[in-house]
Amino acid sequence: MTKILTVKIWRGGKDGTLESYSVPARKSQTVLDVVTYIQRHLDADLSYRFACRVGMCGSCAMTVNGVPRWTCRTHVDKVSQDGQLIIEPLKNLEIIRDLTTDMVPFFEKWEKAGGRFEGKQSRADKITAIDPDSKKRLAASAAIECINCAVCYSGCDTVRARDDYVGPAALNRAWSLFNDEKHTGQRKLKKSVKADGGCYTCHTHANCSQSCPVDLDPAGSIASLKRSYSMFGSRS
Amino acid sequence: MRQSSRHTSYFAFLGHRLSGLALALFLPFHFLVLGLALDQGNRLDDFLKWSDQPLVKMAEWGLVGLLAIHLAFGLRLLMLEYLPWVGQRKHLVWLGGGFAAIAGVLFLIRAF
Repeated sequence: MTKILTVKIWRGGKDGTLESYSVPARKSQTVLDVVTYIQRHLDADLSYRFACRVGMCGSCAMTVNGVPRWTCRTHVDKVSQDGQLIIEPLKNLEIIRDLTTDMVPFFEKWEKAGGRFEGKQSRADKITAIDPDSKKRLAASAAIECINCAVCYSGCDTVRARDDYVGPAALNRAWSLFNDEKHTGQRKLKKSVKADGGCYTCHTHANCSQSCPVDLDPAGSIASLKRSYSMFGSRS
Repeated sequence: MRQSSRHTSYFAFLGHRLSGLALALFLPFHFLVLGLALDQGNRLDDFLKWSDQPLVKMAEWGLVGLLAIHLAFGLRLLMLEYLPWVGQRKHLVWLGGGFAAIAGVLFLIRAF
């Protein structure tokens, strides 16, 4: 007999409610598979985001049983509790509808934290060689694989408490730019990161590093920014 | 507490913050008693005798515990933010908790 999962999904906007669905359990089933099943077979009206389905695009993040996760790589048997799943939109972002949130503030904060690359070379210039084993390049590489899923942003208590805090993803990006020898906007970056709502607003709860699906360490990046811009750091 | 916050590093944050708040509440009383030494020495002596009761000693033990927790997790935070750091270094949390527990036990041994 097919095992049935009880899945409660957030429907509606900010004042929405959880609606219950029964979904057949399958082997190696992901949470995204469950949501897709519901939309295709039970409720075509369900709104959610996804694209690559292989953990690269970062668009399918949702709150699953209270924890923000990338749903395409989250297996149901690892997170369901007694055959139950509660799937809600990401926290700390405004709900557009059902499981879809407004990501605009998340990306605006990237800009606010100085996350836009600025270079001085054109395509006509010779490419500047960067030693892949240099200390700065290794630090940049450790922070660079962010997929912008906003899982860390959703799990952050400081973002929840303070609207002006740019959040872990934006500061992790800032740390990668701090270490990018080709980035010419270091002065601007410093000003943005040290501003109110920047790195010193972080309380080091480390929910971000705990929840990052690609095992980045945003809390470590933020601590490194704090250290680098302090009197003990190597200021750029 | 949100489910996403139930992890070791978060408990260290909570320990540091809550012990800090409790110590901040205690400090005015501490200074009030210290102030007795300036012009009311007899009242201070009476208070010190009163504070020899086992129940007060137990309260002092709680205070020592709070101080140890605040010191240990405060040092952890300084280490995380001022030393080259990779990863969450959760062992620092266990070290801090262990230090606080040992400080509490040592106080109890000496108090009774």
